[in-house]
Amino acid sequence: MAHPAHDTDHGHDAHHDHAPGFLSRWFFSTNHKDIGSLYIIFAVVAAFVGVALSMLMRLELQSPGMQFFADGQMWNVAVTAHGILMVFYVVMPALIGGFGNWFVPIMIGAPDMAFPRLNNISFWLLVPAFMLTIGSLFVGGTGTGWTLYPPLSDSQYQGGPGLDMALFGLHLAGASSILGAANFITTIFNMRAPGMTLHKMPLFVWGMLVTAFLLLLSVPVLGGAITMLITDRNFGTAFFKPEGGGDPVLFQHLFWFFGHPEVYIMILPAFGIVSHVLSTFSRKPIFGYLGMAYAMVAIGVVGFVVWAHHMFTSGISVDTRAYFMAATMIIAVPTGIKIFSWIATMWGGSLSFKTPMLFAIGFVFLFTVGGVTGVKLANAGVDVILHNTYYVIAHFHYVLSLGAVFGIYAGFYYWIGKMSGYQYPERWGQIHFWLTFIGVNLTFFPMHFLGAQGMPRRYPDYPDAFAGWNMVASVGAYISGISFLVFIYVVALTFLRKQKAEANPWGEGATTLEWQVSSPPPFHTFEELPRIR
Amino acid sequence: MDSKDGLARRNRRVVLAAFGTVAGMVGLSFAAVPLYAVFCRVTGYNGTVQTGGPAAPGAVEREVTVRFAANTHPSLPWRFEAAQNALPIHLGQQGLAFYRAANEANVPVEGVATYNVTPEVVGKYFHKTACFCFDAQTLQPGQSVEMPVSFWVDPAMARDPSTRDIHTITLNYTFFRTLADAERAGVLASAGPHVGRMGTQPTATR
Repeated sequence: MAHPAHDTDHGHDAHHDHAPGFLSRWFFSTNHKDIGSLYIIFAVVAAFVGVALSMLMRLELQSPGMQFFADGQMWNVAVTAHGILMVFYVVMPALIGGFGNWFVPIMIGAPDMAFPRLNNISFWLLVPAFMLTIGSLFVGGTGTGWTLYPPLSDSQYQGGPGLDMALFGLHLAGASSILGAANFITTIFNMRAPGMTLHKMPLFVWGMLVTAFLLLLSVPVLGGAITMLITDRNFGTAFFKPEGGGDPVLFQHLFWFFGHPEVYIMILPAFGIVSHVLSTFSRKPIFGYLGMAYAMVAIGVVGFVVWAHHMFTSGISVDTRAYFMAATMIIAVPTGIKIFSWIATMWGGSLSFKTPMLFAIGFVFLFTVGGVTGVKLANAGVDVILHNTYYVIAHFHYVLSLGAVFGIYAGFYYWIGKMSGYQYPERWGQIHFWLTFIGVNLTFFPMHFLGAQGMPRRYPDYPDAFAGWNMVASVGAYISGISFLVFIYVVALTFLRKQKAEANPWGEGATTLEWQVSSPPPFHTFEELPRIR
Repeated sequence: MDSKDGLARRNRRVVLAAFGTVAGMVGLSFAAVPLYAVFCRVTGYNGTVQTGGPAAPGAVEREVTVRFAANTHPSLPWRFEAAQNALPIHLGQQGLAFYRAANEANVPVEGVATYNVTPEVVGKYFHKTACFCFDAQTLQPGQSVEMPVSFWVDPAMARDPSTRDIHTITLNYTFFRTLADAERAGVLASAGPHVGRMGTQPTATR
């Protein structure tokens, strides 16, 4: 701060001036960009494990009979680990910790996050959490599904330390998310540049703000619920044991009070990214900015009062079901506002189909498919039939595995030039997109048919009648697996080829503040606060 | 300099409010345990019956059939069944039914029953004045007992639009081994083949 102003456009100079040594830069980092990079690297590493598990699962399901898994418990361990890894250690770190840390401060014109050291703690809590989750696989694992319902998660049915380790991992990951969320809220409320009012804030920042509030209100409830589960398992309490006066259904209420907002936590930042990408590559401002921002707020608010639609078969009264069904369907309104505004943004725009744009359009298409099946599943009567079938698997993979992940890829290709200073290879990016798009659709679309025909989830085996579509889904999964390797190749090529990225490679459509600093941005951005008109 | 201190103060205020919210939500998640129990008791939610209330007010003409169901958790070595399948009863009339339990183990075993009624909406109209299920029961080896339950159904049920078309109520019990007894006996260590670590049981599918 004592330095006189010098030309920060010269990236090398800035690095030379400020960057500390390797250990203090990457291990004790308090710089939001470095921590963001760490989060993204972490998410890619965790994704390796998560994708590998899904490949194992599709290998097993490729044909009827037991091929690779010893028994149902081992299968459930793989299913659970895949779910927990993807939710807590891939999607959330990439979208919230990764892109959130990188671009929220830059987009609002702040020099860094409000609490840089807290930011560092947030990241480093995630590493032991991840190791606990991975470690649990080797000591019996967690054969409960990511929902952890008792009595299946009781010590009687899940003996050994596997589940306890995974629960402690969730505790740490939850603490990490809560600290990060408090940091984001403080940053966004207090550190916006002069003139950056809430109603001028980029939509990605809006998405992150709503996400942070959801995290703050929902993750502590998960923490409470799994604490009770841990004491039930290890210390003789009976929060969820009927023989001691507890109620296992209470766990389902607590879990889904967290679990439903959690799905919006995973998708709202992706909503923000897609808004930016569509606007940039249509060379038009986003259609209906305020409607888009408040649609996210509405989704966040209503997301807290719909949780029992996950429990239609848990024995709740018909009036309660009617309420949760109606409330759930109402979420389709703000979501519809977003979908139609995205289409209206593209309408009449000067479109260029670069890789980020392909992923963003893919997102809109796939998220709509997942949203439509969501409205169908919201019907309590229909859900009684489809509950715990592959139809549900298809639904939530269309909104998460395809929705959130396409959002992550869109953000990656959109910003990798900005983050690394090197532009990605466009041809390989396009190949990656088409492989992913074909692969995931081939994997998950047949699951609608399997589910509608009654194939239940959480079994490693199935009747011969389901063999055909399962084979198709497995082939699709292998294509998706290859596409992940292609993604790694794209990353490697980007860094090896060293094609210099300009400050703004996307032209006049890219209007947010990150495109006004160099690529990569100087180690310290906005020592002189920008002024937003 | 001045504005920097101001920012630090404002940041602290926001982050403290955020952590306060977190603490509040953790508190709420634990408060949910008693609140949920109270909510179920007061509203009859999930078929929670009314207990310890007044005696039956006297029969009215309308009749319902009360059916009796009995379940036993695998960890409890008892035979537990209803002494009668069903009982026709007038609304407002005091009813008395019996369950039979026999301890098949060669040690004394303590059990406790959970209970509710279906359809769940009649929970708030179903009164139990006395029941074996209010306390834990201990049976000596080989001992067999008849256990009474006395109950009545509120005539208001016939006036409530959401319950007036109900003619059959099922009273359900599930007997569990009490936690204290399970711990004493060490049953968890010697539990059946459905319980245990992965890989210890053969798979039927292979």
